[in-house]
Amino acid sequence: MIEISHVDKWYSPSFQVLTDCTTSVTKGEVVVVCGPSGSGKSTLIKCVNALEPFQKGDISVDGTKVNDPRTNLPKLRSRVGMVFQHFELFPHLKIIDNLCLAQQKVLDRSRDKAMAKGMQLLERVGLKEQAQKFPANLSGGQQQRVAIARALAMDPIVMLFDEPTSALDPEMVSEVLDVMVDLAHEGMTMMVVTHEMGFARKVANRVIFMDRGEIVEDAPKDDFFGKPRSDRAQKFLSKILSH
Amino acid sequence: MFSNFDFEVVRRSLPYLFYEGMTFTVTLTALSALGGLIFGTAIALMRLSGFKILGRIAGVYVDFMRSLPLVLVIFWFYFLVPYIGQWVTGASRPISVGAFASSLITFIMFEAAYFSEIMRAGIQSISRGQPAAANALGLTYAQTMRYVVLPQAFRNMLPVLITQTIVLFQDTSLVYVLSITDFLGAASKVAQRDGRLVEMYLFAAIVYFTISCVASFGVRRLQARIAIIR
Repeated sequence: MIEISHVDKWYSPSFQVLTDCTTSVTKGEVVVVCGPSGSGKSTLIKCVNALEPFQKGDISVDGTKVNDPRTNLPKLRSRVGMVFQHFELFPHLKIIDNLCLAQQKVLDRSRDKAMAKGMQLLERVGLKEQAQKFPANLSGGQQQRVAIARALAMDPIVMLFDEPTSALDPEMVSEVLDVMVDLAHEGMTMMVVTHEMGFARKVANRVIFMDRGEIVEDAPKDDFFGKPRSDRAQKFLSKILSH
Repeated sequence: MFSNFDFEVVRRSLPYLFYEGMTFTVTLTALSALGGLIFGTAIALMRLSGFKILGRIAGVYVDFMRSLPLVLVIFWFYFLVPYIGQWVTGASRPISVGAFASSLITFIMFEAAYFSEIMRAGIQSISRGQPAAANALGLTYAQTMRYVVLPQAFRNMLPVLITQTIVLFQDTSLVYVLSITDFLGAASKVAQRDGRLVEMYLFAAIVYFTISCVASFGVRRLQARIAIIR
């Protein structure tokens, strides 16, 4: 589904953020990307739908090359759902309109169809009553669930999560993770940048550990948590699991 | 002090002042603000676009317009446009544009420079995550601007845009250099005809002051309301 091969990215000639990153996500797989902050995991996931350009290597999604100038990026992106750390709901639109905008403008769905789809997804994330409110009136956890619903409204073939719970108050983390776990159980292909190791243990098929722009470890979940091969991953795990 | 003032002249000329003069002033203000906003937004988008040449052209335009006194632009434009029109269309004689069209074009061009800076600030006030989220949903650049960025930028900047429009409302009185009958022009004509300069100019000042004051008050109210919505 997602093929990442030998990707290099520089912010400036002297500052390399990604070094020779190679991995893949197959259909129905849930892959968790973790690592210390500044290790390039968010950058890598943003390269997948070309929100960030990269200088070397190739990424393809469902057979379409992301870094090919001839690729119709809007069309490709409409099939790749993305959830951001800071939700990024559109503050000037009601919740239901946040869900309908891209359905109508990108997929050319009728208003009625988009509304029906939107309400159905809001019900699924437990926020049907909030449809007519504005984003600012919702809690962080609710906003992030709306953001997930907004991405799902496009019927994506894969979902990307960029630290979806990092900006949330601790008591709201689980309501978002619950939605993501359900999604994983339904067989959605997911690439998730997160520090939530509980989530990784529960639903991940594979865990990727990144440090200083490199993919240090790429292993099945049980191998990763059982005994990581690299020192750096071991150190990282002992730090975040010691509490 | 007011004993030898004749305010009857004001009362008598009210219909002329408002039907002729104020209608012109308000029409010119509204159309200039609208045109200035549209072109201003286009200039702001040019400046913020990735294309260096476009940004450069827009930048030079804005700096040029902002370095000239408005009254000079009005004056020169009125006399130059017929000749420019002749040159462009290849006509045998200078084309006639008319005072209203000439002043409208001048104000739109002039205000576009100021509105573009306001819109630029407004667009830059939107966090980069917003266009990223819109792009991630598959919206094109144009759709992202139209449905996500510009509505927010416009809302954030509405108080400043209206304040600039109030300034424009006062600036339209500068068309007196073209002997146009705007509100001030109408008052001036009556004043000259009846020899009642002080009364008429005093009244004109009060009218400009009242309208601008009420509008400014409205802007403050609006600001308070927008602050609550966010």
